Amino acid sequence: MTLALDVTGLAKSFGGLPATNDVSLAIEPGERRLIIGPNGAGKTTLFNLITGDLPADAGSIKLFGEEVVRLRTDQRAQLGLARTFQIITLFPKDTLAHNVVLSLLARTPARWHAFTPLAARRDLYARARAVLAGVGLADSAERPLAQVSYGEKRRVEIAMALAQSPKLLLLDEPLAGLSMEERQTVQALLAAIPRDITIIMIEHDMDTALAFAERITLLHYGKVIVEGTRAEVVAHPRTREVYLGA
Amino acid sequence: MNAKGLAAFALVLAALPLMGGDYYVNLGSQILIAAVFALSLNLLVGYGGLTSLGHAAYMGVSAYVSGWLFLKFGMGHLASAPIALLFTTAMAALFGLIALRASGIGFLMITLALGQVLWGLAFRWVTVTNGDNGLSGLTRPAPFGINLDGAHAFYWFTLIVFAVSFACIIAFANSPFGAVLRGTRDQPRRMAALGHNVWLVRYVTFITAGFWAAVSGLLFVWYHKFIHPHALGLTNSAETLLMVIAGGSGTLAGPIVGAAIVVLLKNYVSAFVERWTMLLGFVFLVIVLFMPDGLVPGVKRLWERFSGQRPKEPRA
Repeated sequence: MTLALDVTGLAKSFGGLPATNDVSLAIEPGERRLIIGPNGAGKTTLFNLITGDLPADAGSIKLFGEEVVRLRTDQRAQLGLARTFQIITLFPKDTLAHNVVLSLLARTPARWHAFTPLAARRDLYARARAVLAGVGLADSAERPLAQVSYGEKRRVEIAMALAQSPKLLLLDEPLAGLSMEERQTVQALLAAIPRDITIIMIEHDMDTALAFAERITLLHYGKVIVEGTRAEVVAHPRTREVYLGA
Repeated sequence: MNAKGLAAFALVLAALPLMGGDYYVNLGSQILIAAVFALSLNLLVGYGGLTSLGHAAYMGVSAYVSGWLFLKFGMGHLASAPIALLFTTAMAALFGLIALRASGIGFLMITLALGQVLWGLAFRWVTVTNGDNGLSGLTRPAPFGINLDGAHAFYWFTLIVFAVSFACIIAFANSPFGAVLRGTRDQPRRMAALGHNVWLVRYVTFITAGFWAAVSGLLFVWYHKFIHPHALGLTNSAETLLMVIAGGSGTLAGPIVGAAIVVLLKNYVSAFVERWTMLLGFVFLVIVLFMPDGLVPGVKRLWERFSGQRPKEPRA
């Protein structure tokens, strides 16, 4: 079976400082993989390399068997790769529905139409509202994004990714900055994502993250230190060393 | 712009030739020509977030090509106009490849440089452009045998071209492509992550803006029956950028209001005030200080506050 994501020998340095150092990852389709590591371990850099936001210095990235390391970000997205951003990257002046419509447009040739009004595409707005309803934001669909809470914006981030029905979803700290209550909402939301979407998640909230993922990769100074099942990684002495400094 | 505003605007434009003499009608034509030009620049600046300081290149080249074809080959307008549009749009397609290697200040500098190259060329390539003397002895077209030499006739002609251009630009701004373009302005990284080809979206916009600038260039050369390197220069580019910013970039009405202000100051007020450029600077300063996002959004906000305080007054 082809891997959802097959990364081998991936490397990226910033001015001689390796941020990603010979990283290899093999993610099975449908897998839930957690990436952990202390601050500066290179987790987000790894995501940016996978999505194409950063060009890799060396290595190979195969998305469902297809080599994508030379492709642009948008080309990789078109192959079924979606992501959320650690720092919320949305359109504050537009409504929640419009935010999701921009995501839906990326998957239809209509995005090149320059003469027909977008407002006439009721089908797109209806789908956007349905996706928003799926993350519990049905009532806020027509509100400008700037007016909703931080937790709701996090959910819009997830809604925009899910709207595209991606094959591989990268979640960059989807729970960061959320209250206990919001955490549970988002957690339930993530748990409900169907298995035909493979998920790789960076998360610091260990309770949530450990409950979510089957396999865990621990990064430290840009290197994969430990990889294995939940129990293996938690029990591994290097994990304790990196995390507890013991 | 809402339907009421659009109707009122159309009424003013249609009433102008009935009220004023030739002088005012000609002023109206000049405003409309400048407005088409400013609207085209607004596609880049307002909707794309790409500030260009070389947009006069497309207006000027289209004007020069049309004039040169007439003088060199005696070509009629029916043939020269499409060739000028095609040539200028192709040039925009070429320049876009160069300019869009950068965004932000880099983009601004490249567009400025490309514009200045053409300006220099217009001055130096005397055999084609007649240098500092410009191309004179040009004519206006006579569509369906209608003579456009009169101020009123030309105004109506310009108004039709303006209306078609404006309608297309409104459609463009409200289209899915327009929404995607604004997305690439606000969050290019997010748009790429969603699968939008940010570069191609900008490139298509660059060419579209070049095309509409070329349309304004034709109107410009037909109005003046003369073309001088000045039309290609930095002053023209900067003045138009001023129109867009003063009126309100990224709004549909803004560039038109901006064009009206600059053309009126330049042509009308300059008859009374010798240092009209100083006045222009002052007006621009006031607008930027009190309405940083431009006159149209600024006045709209004022109006909303004003009418909000007095709820009994009818809302427009």
